[in-house]
Formats: sequence, C-alpha cells, structure tokens
Amino acid sequence: MHKIILLLALIAGWSASPVAGGQAKPVSEDPVLEQRVMYLANELRCLVCQNQTIADSQADLAVDLRNQVREQLKQGKSEEEILAYMVERYGDFVRYRPPMKMQTLVLWVGPFLLLAGGMFALLRFLRRRRQLPETDVVSQKRLDEAAQILRGKEEGR
Amino acid sequence: MARYLMPLGIFLVIVVFLGVGLGLNPRQVPSPLIDRPAPTFDLPQLHATDQRIRPESLRGQVWLLNVWASWCVSCRQEHPVLVDLAKSGVVPIYGLNYKDQRDEALRWLQQWGDPYKLSIMDPKGVTGIDYGVYGVPETYVIDKAGIIRYKQIGPLTPEILRNTILPLVRKLNA
Repeated sequence: MHKIILLLALIAGWSASPVAGGQAKPVSEDPVLEQRVMYLANELRCLVCQNQTIADSQADLAVDLRNQVREQLKQGKSEEEILAYMVERYGDFVRYRPPMKMQTLVLWVGPFLLLAGGMFALLRFLRRRRQLPETDVVSQKRLDEAAQILRGKEEGR
Repeated sequence: MARYLMPLGIFLVIVVFLGVGLGLNPRQVPSPLIDRPAPTFDLPQLHATDQRIRPESLRGQVWLLNVWASWCVSCRQEHPVLVDLAKSGVVPIYGLNYKDQRDEALRWLQQWGDPYKLSIMDPKGVTGIDYGVYGVPETYVIDKAGIIRYKQIGPLTPEILRNTILPLVRKLNA
C-alpha cells in the first residue's frame, strides 16, 4: 500500500513539474486580452531556446515578442495578421506548429509513410512465415534414432 | 542474401541522415528577409541623439548593418574583425546598438574602438524585431537599392569575411 502511494506521489510530482516550471505571468489587467496573447504565444517559437514557445520561455526575446503580440492585439490586429507579421521577420520556423506547405510536406506526411511501410513489412513477414513448412516438427524416424543413441549412451556407462 | 543486405542498407541510410543532421547548425535559421528591402526605421544616433537616421538616407552604397550591444559577449569576439574591416575602408559599417544603455555603449566603444560610421540606438529592440534579430551579433549586407543580400547570425570571423562577405560586397559594388 505504501509503495502504491509513493508511486502515485511520484507520478503526480513528475507530471506536475512542467507546470511548476511556470508560464509567463500575465502583465496586463485585461484577462481576455491576456488569454489571446497566451494563445498566440503558444503558437510562436522562441528562436533563442528553440524547443520552447515564447509562452514558456523567459528569454529576453520571448518577453519582447510577447509584448509585441500584446501591442498588436491592442491595436486591433487579428491573430492571422500577427502570425504573418512574425513569419515575415523570422520565417516559418517561428511557427511552433509548422504550416502545411510543399517544403514541409515530408515533415507532416513522413511519419505516416514510415508507419504504413512498417505495417506493410510486418504483414508480409507474418504472411510469409505462415506459408513456410513447419520446420521444427521432427519426424518419428529421427526421434527413434535419437532415442536409440541416448539409450546406447546410458548402456555404455 | 537480401535478408542481410536490407538491415545494412537501412542502417546506412540512417547513418547518412544522422551524419548530415549533425553537420547542420540549428542556430542558422534562414532569414526570410534575404532579397527583400531592408525594413525601415527612424532612430537616434548613439553619439548625437538629436540626429535621427533612416536607412533610406544610406541608399546608393553597399553597407553593412551590424547589430551589437555592450552586454553581448560574442560581440567582443568579433569586434577586432570589424575594426580591421573599418580600417581597410572596403565597406562602411553602421551599428545597430540593440537593447543597450547609452552610457555603457559609449564606454564600450571607447574601450575597444569604434569601427562604425555611426551607431543608432534601438533600446527597446523594436527595430531588432523588424530585422528578425534573435542572436546578437548579427550582420546584414545591404545593397545600393536598400535590399538585404546576406545575413550573418553570430560573430563574424576573418574566414566568413574573406570567403563570403567581401566577395559579395565586391560583386554588389561592381
């Protein structure tokens, strides 16, 4: 019982830790605006620490970009306009979820192609194995031979 | 035979992919600004804050825009390269003093030498965002028509200068 509780506590602690790592604290008073800022911040990559969004990152640039997003939302720009503004300056890489394009097609379709290929190979392998003669069935004749040899050994002792 | 060659083949393909991947630099994000007009700005000069500079006033010459700051460690590293280049007079260098304090920036130039025709101040980093700056130092090569032709992310080295930037400047000036 103790072990289970300990295990649960560990799991809870482990899954909670990224949250404890902390998202940026909202700065302005307006919760609706802040929600929109955080939505966009979660869509934008921080180019300084590339595996984080600008919502997660505390790098200077991420703070600046969040402020930029907030300013532009206040000016009444739409989400798409702000994303376009960022892509214009930093390239597609700034989108945390890359857009579907000719250049990013492999990125989007590649894993599914690999999965399909793997499934195909597995099925072929299984089917071929089923068709093979069952090689590990030994004929009665050979069993008798083996028994004789063993008996002979026993007698020899 | 194919049974043994297949895994070997797959292994070799993976090795090639991983090998190429290791050789790439994830910091070098291609800038969408290449071959596009340099974003405009209207910023005060570092030495004479009452004078403002716009990139339009620099048209008609090939110039370098070097993004620097006194707090930036790698800027110290590339600084001698810039000083040497400025002495050679091949191409004018303009500085974008990025998110810096004016007095510290001035002290820095006094201490290490000033390779810039002039520096402009971007204390909030807004022009930096327009230029897609994310890792100071960065250097842009801008042609006579005000089009960005090249962007160097990270410190300049004598090799990059010799092999990439100077040939490009020569070509743009021709």
